[in-house]
This record gives sequence, C-alpha cells and structure tokens, in this order.
Amino acid sequence: MYGFEALTFNIHGGYLEAIVRGHRAGLLTTADYNNLCQCENLDDIKMHLSATKYGSYLQNEPSPLHTTTIVEKCTLKLVDDYKHMLCQATEPMSTFLEYIRYGHMIDNVVLIVTGTLHERDVQELLEKCHPLGMFDSIATLAVAQNMRELYRLVLVDTPLAPYFSECLTSEDLDDMNIEIMRNTLYKAYLEDFYKFCQKIGGATSEIMSDLLAFEADRRAVNITINSIGTELTREDRKKLYSNFGLLYPYGHEELAICEDIDQVRGVMEKYPPYQAIFSKMSYGESQMLDKAFYEEEVRRLCLAFEQQFHYAVFFAYMRLREQEIRNLMWISECVAQNQKSRIHDSVVYMF
Amino acid sequence: MGESRGGGCCPPMDLMRSETMQLVQLIVPMESAHLTVSYLGDLGLVQFKDLNSEKSPFQRTYAAQIKRCGEMARKIRFFKDQMSKAGVIPKELLEKESDIDLDDVEVKLGELEAELVEINANNDKLQRSYNELMEYKLVLQKAGEFFSSAHRSATAQQREIESEDSQQAGDDLLESPLLQEEKSIDSSKQVKLGFLTGLVPREKSMVFERILFRATRGNIFIRQTVIEEPVIDPSSGEKAEKNVFVVFYSGERAKSKILKICEAFGANRYPFSEDLGKQAQMITEVSGRLSELKTTIDAGLGHRDILLQTIGDKFELWNLKVRKEKAIYHTLNMLSLDVTKKCLVAEGWSPVFASNEIQDALQRAAFDSNSQVGSIFQVLRTKESPPTYFRTNKFTSAIQEIVDAYGVAKYQEANPGVFTIVTFPFLFAVMFGDWGHGICILLATMYLILREKKLSSQKLGDIMEMAFGGRYVILMMSLFSIYTGLIYNEFFSIPYPLFAPSAYDCRDASCSEATTIGLIKVRDTYPFGLDPVWHGTRSELPFLNSLKMKMSILLGVSQMNLGIIMSYFNARFFKSSVNIWFQFIPQMIFLNSLFGYLSVLIIIKWCTGSQADLYHVMIYMFLSPTDELGENQLFPHQKTVQLVLLFLALVSVPCMLLPKPFILKKQHEARHQGQSYAPLDETDESLHVETTGGSHGHEEFEFSEIFVHQLIHTIEFVLGAVSNTASYLRLWALSLAHSELSSVFYEKVLLLAWGYNNVLILILGIMVFIFATVGVLLVMETLSAFLHALRLHWVEFQNKFYEGDGYKFAPFTFIFTANEDE
Repeated sequence: MYGFEALTFNIHGGYLEAIVRGHRAGLLTTADYNNLCQCENLDDIKMHLSATKYGSYLQNEPSPLHTTTIVEKCTLKLVDDYKHMLCQATEPMSTFLEYIRYGHMIDNVVLIVTGTLHERDVQELLEKCHPLGMFDSIATLAVAQNMRELYRLVLVDTPLAPYFSECLTSEDLDDMNIEIMRNTLYKAYLEDFYKFCQKIGGATSEIMSDLLAFEADRRAVNITINSIGTELTREDRKKLYSNFGLLYPYGHEELAICEDIDQVRGVMEKYPPYQAIFSKMSYGESQMLDKAFYEEEVRRLCLAFEQQFHYAVFFAYMRLREQEIRNLMWISECVAQNQKSRIHDSVVYMF
Repeated sequence: MGESRGGGCCPPMDLMRSETMQLVQLIVPMESAHLTVSYLGDLGLVQFKDLNSEKSPFQRTYAAQIKRCGEMARKIRFFKDQMSKAGVIPKELLEKESDIDLDDVEVKLGELEAELVEINANNDKLQRSYNELMEYKLVLQKAGEFFSSAHRSATAQQREIESEDSQQAGDDLLESPLLQEEKSIDSSKQVKLGFLTGLVPREKSMVFERILFRATRGNIFIRQTVIEEPVIDPSSGEKAEKNVFVVFYSGERAKSKILKICEAFGANRYPFSEDLGKQAQMITEVSGRLSELKTTIDAGLGHRDILLQTIGDKFELWNLKVRKEKAIYHTLNMLSLDVTKKCLVAEGWSPVFASNEIQDALQRAAFDSNSQVGSIFQVLRTKESPPTYFRTNKFTSAIQEIVDAYGVAKYQEANPGVFTIVTFPFLFAVMFGDWGHGICILLATMYLILREKKLSSQKLGDIMEMAFGGRYVILMMSLFSIYTGLIYNEFFSIPYPLFAPSAYDCRDASCSEATTIGLIKVRDTYPFGLDPVWHGTRSELPFLNSLKMKMSILLGVSQMNLGIIMSYFNARFFKSSVNIWFQFIPQMIFLNSLFGYLSVLIIIKWCTGSQADLYHVMIYMFLSPTDELGENQLFPHQKTVQLVLLFLALVSVPCMLLPKPFILKKQHEARHQGQSYAPLDETDESLHVETTGGSHGHEEFEFSEIFVHQLIHTIEFVLGAVSNTASYLRLWALSLAHSELSSVFYEKVLLLAWGYNNVLILILGIMVFIFATVGVLLVMETLSAFLHALRLHWVEFQNKFYEGDGYKFAPFTFIFTANEDE
C-alpha cells in the first residue's frame, strides 16, 4: 500500500527495522577508522575492535592474530545478525532477506567450480566461501563437469535454479565459461530482485530500484572494462548487461562497442550521476574506479537510512557491513604487512 | 557555591545535601603510580577524570599492560570454560588475599594453558579415533544386518524360484533386488558390482540419496538404516543423528563420483567385507581396540581433571588479581604524562572529608614502593559542577535509589530522599491499610533481613534481587501499613474491637440488621482509629469515602507545601533571593489560598460537624465570589476571607511570571559589564588554567528563552496546583479498592465456603482465599500501591523543587571486581 506504510509497516516490520537501525548505529565511524589506521599491529586492531560490536566475537582469540581470523570473526557477526533478522522476518520481508544472499550464493558456486577446475581441495574451497552464500549441497558442485550437470545435479534444488535457464550449455567448463555464467546468473538475479522489489512497491521499490540500478550499471561498466581485449563478442557482451538501470538501453548499446577505457569514460560521462565518479580519475586509469564506485555506493546506501518504513535498510545494512569488513581486511592487511602508507587507498568511510 | 556546609539554614545533615566535593590534582612519581592507584582503589573515594580522552586506547601509556591483562583474562575465561565443562567448581576465595606478582601469574597461566591445550589436543585425537571406531562398529553391525537379511531373502527366493518358476517374488524384490539380479542374470553379462558403506548425518540423508541418484542417473542401489541413539561425529566431536548407508554401484566412474559426493556430504566411509567370517573378526578386533582406547581416554581425562583441580584452587585469586590489575591500568591510562616523563598527573573528584585518607594512601604508596619523592596532593579550583555523592547506608540506599531513578540530585541540592524515607512508606500504607496484610509483608521482609548476610553473598533471581535490595523500604512499608490498618481497623477486611468495645450499641433487640438507625452511643468514642461497628453497615462506604477523600487532600496539600518549602531552602542555600521572592512566596500564596483554604475548611467541618457542602463553597468561590453563602457558611466573615484569598491567588500569578526574567536579565547585564573591566585579580589561577580551560567563558543569555521557560513554569504550577491535588485522590481510590477487594475475597470465598458445611469445599475455599490473598492482595496490590506512591513522590512532590540534573559520583573502587559477572 503505497503511501500508507506508516500505518501498517510496523505490524510486521517494526521490530526488525528497529533492530537493523540499532545494528547500523554499531557501524564503525570515521573516528574509529582513524584510530584503526594508527594501529601498529593486529593486536592493536583487536584491542580497538573490542570496544565495538565486534568485541565479543574477537575477545576469545589467542594472541598471534591473523587477518583471516579477524575477517572471519567479523563476518560471523554479520551472519549472526542476518540469521537473527531472518528468523524474525515474515513474508514478504523474509523473501527480501533471502534475495540479499543470492549474490553470495552465485559467488560461492563460481568459486567452487573454478576451484575444482584448478584441482583445488574442496574443503579448502569451502572455507573460502562466504557463509551467507552456503547451501546444503554446495560441496557437491565439485562433481559436475559441465553446466548442464551443474544444474541438474545441484542447483536445481537451490533458489538459483531459475537463473540458470539462460546458460544451460553442455560445453565443458573453462574460465571464460564460468565468468560468463557468473555474469549471466548475476544479471538474472538482479533482474529478478528488481522485479520483486517493484512488486513490493512503496518506498521499498523506490529506494531499491535506485540501489539495484546502480549495482547493475556498475556491473555493466566492470563487464565492459574486463572484456576489453578478450574474445567476447559485442553481442555476447551486451547480453550480459542487466535490462534495467540508468544505462539501459542506450548506454548499453554504446558500452557494447567500447574498445578502451577512455571510450567507456566517454559513454559514462553523459550520465550526470556517473560524471562525478569519472571526472575524479585521470585519463586511461581504471585503478581507482572500484574505490570511486564503492564510495558512491556507500553514499547511496547511507541515504537509504534517511527514510522509514521500507526494506531497503536491510539491504543497505548488509552491504555497509560487507564494505566495513572489506575495510577491516584492507587495514589489517596493511598493518600486518607494514604498508601503512597505503592504508588510505582502499578504505571507504561511511559516517 | 555553598562552601559553608550547613552554615546557612539548617544543621549539618548528611543526607540533605550531597557531600562537598573538590577537584584534586595528584602528581605521582612514575615508580609509585601503580601502587598509588591500587591503594586509592582500595579506598574507593576518588573519581578520576580522563585526561587523555582525545587519545585512542592503544596510544595511551599503559596500552601494552592492558593488552597483557586482556590476554590473561582470555586465558582465565578459557580455564573457566574448561572447568565448567569438566564440572570442576573453583574454590571460594579465602578472606586473606595473599599478595601475588602479576608476572608470576602470567607465566603460570601461560604454562597451564599450554599444558591444558596439549592434553586437550591429545584427548581430542584419542577421542576422534575412538569415535571413528565406534562408527565403524556400527557400520559393521548394521551393514552386516543388511547383508545377512538380503542373503536370507535371496536364498529363500531362490528356493521359491526353484520350486515354482512362474511365481514372481514381487514383495521380496525390494528387499534384495541386486542380489536377486546377480543370481538371475547369467554370468557372462554380469558387471562387477562394487559397494561402499559408511555413515551420513540424518538430516542430509535424503538430499544425499537424491544427489547420488541424479549423479549416477539412477544406476545405484542405496540402503539406509537409522541408528537410534546419536553418534558422536569424529570430526566435530558433537553428537549427531546418523544413518548407516550401503551404496551399490557399477563401474569406476560411478565410484569416483560417489566418493566425491560422500566427501561433500561429510559422510564417513568405512571398509566392509562381504565375507561373514571376516566381519565377525573385524567386529571383535574393533571391540578390542575400543576398550583399549577407552582406558587410555579415561586416563587422559583423569589427568586433565587433576590439572583443572589445581587451576580451580587458585582460579578465583587469579581472576580477582587480573581484574584488579586491568582496572588499575585503565585508571593509569586516564592520567596524563608529565613533560619530564617522570611523573603522572591525575585529576579527579573526591569528597572533602576524604582528603586525609587520600593523602595517607599516597604516603603509604610512596613508602611501600621505595619512591624517593612523595606524591603531591593539591586542590584545584574549578567552575565545573562536581558530582553528587550521598553517603548512604544499607537502610537509606534503597530510598536514595528511588529518588535517583527519577534523576540524580544537582550538586548540593536539597535531597528529597530525606523525607521520602518516611513519606514514601506512609503514602504506600494509606493505600494499603490492612494490618493483617501488613503482618504478612513484615514476615516476608523479616526473612530477607534476618538472612541478609547469607543472601547478599549469593546470586539471586531478577525479582528476588529487587525485593532484597528494597528490603528496608518494604520493612517500613509493612510497619506503616500495620499502623494505617489499625486506623482503618481492618484485618483481612475484618474489624476487631482491639482498643475498646465499640462506642455504639443496640437500642433494642430489633437492630440485629446492622443499620445505624437502631444504634445509640453508649460509651466514649472509640479511642484509636475506626469504630468496628461501621463495618457492614449501609452507611459504611459513604462514611469511609468522605473520610478518606478529605484525608487524601489534607495529606496532598501538606506534602506539596513541604515541596515548596524545600524550594525555599534550596534558594537560601544557593543564595538566590529572586527565587525566594518571586517563586517561593507567590507559590505558597497561590497554593494555600486555594487548597490550603480547602484544607482549613475540611478541618473546620470536622471539628464543628457542619453540614456545609464544600464542593459548592469551592466552586462558587470562583464562579460568583460575591454571592451569599447561605447555609454553606462555616465561619463568620467567610465571604470576605474568600474574596481576599481569591485576590491574593490572582495577584500571585503575575508575580510568578513577570519579575524573574527581567531581574535575571538585569543581573546578567550587570555581571557582563563588570567583566569587561575586571581587574586581573586571579593571576595565580593561571598556573592551572589549562586544566579548567574553557570554563570561564560567559554563558549566552537568551531573554526570550528564559521568558518562555518562566511562562511554562508558571502555567505548570498553576494548573498543577489543581491537577496535583486531584492526583492525591488516588490515595483514597486505591485504599478503597484494596479494602473492597479483600472484603470480596473474605465474604464471597471464605464465608461462602464455610456456609456449605462441607470439609472439602471448606478446604477448597481456604485454598482459593489464600492464593487470592497472596497473589492479588499481597503481590499485585503491593506493586500498584508502590507504583502510585512512587508517582506521588516523583511528580507531585519533587516537581515543586527538585532539579535532578546532577551526575553521580562514581569513584574508582575494587568492590565491583568481587561481584561483577562478565
């Protein structure tokens, strides 16, 4: 019921919205990051984090810490938050929350398949998987030889099954195939999520459309940049772009024919929201693009909290936490490897 | 700021004004800093200020030590966890705390942890192989059952096929399709069938089967049996419900697929032989190894228990030591380092009376740590508002808690807690007047008080803790409710002629039906409280209502007056004549010319027995003050008096509203003007000006804000005078509800059950009566009366004078370490 969320939202969503806003208040602030950046070693980081929401997750770790432990424990916190919210959620919020994890599922599938292709140990791969994207038979992925088998054996039971309809081939898996599969899946996932949010309507669809459109556009740019100089044809490339977003459809046409980064830039600068991102970079450079996109994303995610009575806050919270964990990982790595001068390169501040 | 303690208005009273505090500066040499802080923590009378708030935790001086303590605390948590798993209870801490060195503790903890971890690792390894063998044994048993049953049915079938060829053994087909196939297909076509056995977690078994089926395109045969009791999984060490499975397959490709799937599902595979003889041999072998392992594991566990026991002996001591050390280092981190790096500078609040004790502690610390230089103790001057500190004892602390829950008193503000000690239980008892119930509560709280020592040392439940914390308040409440119960003459709603026989008696024999009409006064008035003869009469309720209502108003008006008088003492104490003249006096006049007058009327009516209608008097005093009073006249010249009072009340409202903001403005202007030409008289303060920095900036003066504030206050007071008085009528309402409820339980349950002349019904009735009395009257009614008394104090009483915007004195002390549970 658009416009009347204030009347009915809190019946089912009020508690969880309160919870998620509480969680949001626990995100690290710029002051926290400043302190973290001054740390001398990982124990300092642990000590600083012990005053934050991560405290109880890190307090029982014995002293020689590793970056992986920190990241693992912080992710555990995210997963616990997520599970708690999922337990409490009712329809359609529970479906919405489920949607959030599909992205991780796709990544995990791709990770395992690529890993097996390169003869890696399954257990080792499983440890690398994001815990949010785990499903029952994930380890069985290793058995599959081609896409069809992959689908028939394992993924038919998972929520990802419908997304597979576009990439069912009997070709043997190789790196290129897998990458295309990832992007096709992602495209289908984003479109499905987009449609679902439209169906929910109200502020949720309004805000989520914006966030998902940004995500789709970012993926389109990344696909273009990554496929420059590969054997991917223009038509194939265009097929991987999601069918919504600011760039759809004219931007996609132009992106599909780009041959170098400066052309991409030319295309993107026609769109005012992205102009700011690209204008910050010097010509021919794509290193800082990721960070610029992350910063823009974080800005948009933070804005989601400005409005009440919608589900996008959950999406935003999960994304912000993930970004925070990325930041922590970067900081920890820099501290552990004594590269403190580079610490500010990749940290995205939030509040 | 009132430095002359009790010099003004009243004799020194500990609870009335909070302790005078001072900001002290300690300059402690580096080498004795630790000991100094430790002694001050024992003393528990200094609240340290954080002088390094701009520094992050790991940039502070003692970050490394805190990390060490954190590490030790982690080890201690690890031990605690291990001990609770093994069921070892740490020994109680002995009274005398022997002095131990932190470094020794650290080394010892490290050694013990390493030892414990090693033992655990060994045990885990053994346990793991034990569990594996356990699983293997199960597989052997269950799979053996498959094979033997399949074999049996196959041979039976064979016999059947032999005897009657035409008959299909349809029902047995499911039991042994593969073996049957094996027999019926001739040997040239026969493919080599392999099989795998193992265990799979039960919740995954369906998916497992499905995936196997899909992966091999249905070219497998799988059998599963449920293991009834949960099995301990070797890899995770947790109990899990599992199924034994046997998978038959053909071909190597299928085998490698199945192996991968098994691995993916965490299904443990075990070798199995078809040969029955070998099976039996395996089973005996496995059983033998199992019993062997069992003894080894037991020995290992015994060793671990001994180790844990030794840890348990010292556990509490270490725990306390580590917590203390951590607290000390946290405090040390709040001190700022002197430029020379040779001493630490501490700043903090302490009560003035503690100066000597603090100096003594400093000296002792300097002496004990063989420091060459002593610590320096000096008092700083500041304009910051000091913390509020009341020295309470176990009796007054609960009452002070009640007041603090509303807001902590401003520094040296008059403390409502002093009066609350008596008025709170009294107002409670007005609503809870029944000496039978009072005695019940008294007994309950006496139990808490008599077992105080024992109960305070142990951990109680949430609700119990609350009751225990407020035990002295409850004691007072019960005593007062016995007192008011005697006045109301109610004992479980039954009146007793305790002090004398009733003053009234029947005129003749016909007055057995209790009405006042047939009664005549035969004796003196009943000496104390309510005459029991009122009970059960038709006019009981009207009489009690009128009595209790008027009493509530009298109590309310006197308590509100007390509140306003308190504001006078506050104004005197803080030397604010504006507040006396333009707040206290008009408020007094306003309240008393309306409701004080009403109280006087009530008393006059009681004394003279007049029939005047007080509602009428009060209402027409406003509506038409010039009208004749007629029969409602209680005393001569009442009309004139009323006119004067009304005039006073009307005049006092603008007095409250207008002058104060203007006077404040004038004062501010005068001060501000003086300031710009002030001589530099306080040059000596520049020595510690950096510590008090920023406090002498002149505060903003916003006239409109002050005026609106005053407007709100005035409106609140004027309206509040009416609504607060009405609010005190809750005393009457609750006391009425209480007595009515208890009489309902008495008459409709106990007397009704008595009337049946049946023992069973009587017992049932008594049970219901007891439960209703305890549940509804003693617990719920107590809570509601408590709540209403609380409200009357917080809102009606305290809003007359109490600011409550101070902050509590939170000294650095070690007491927390004893009972804090992390």
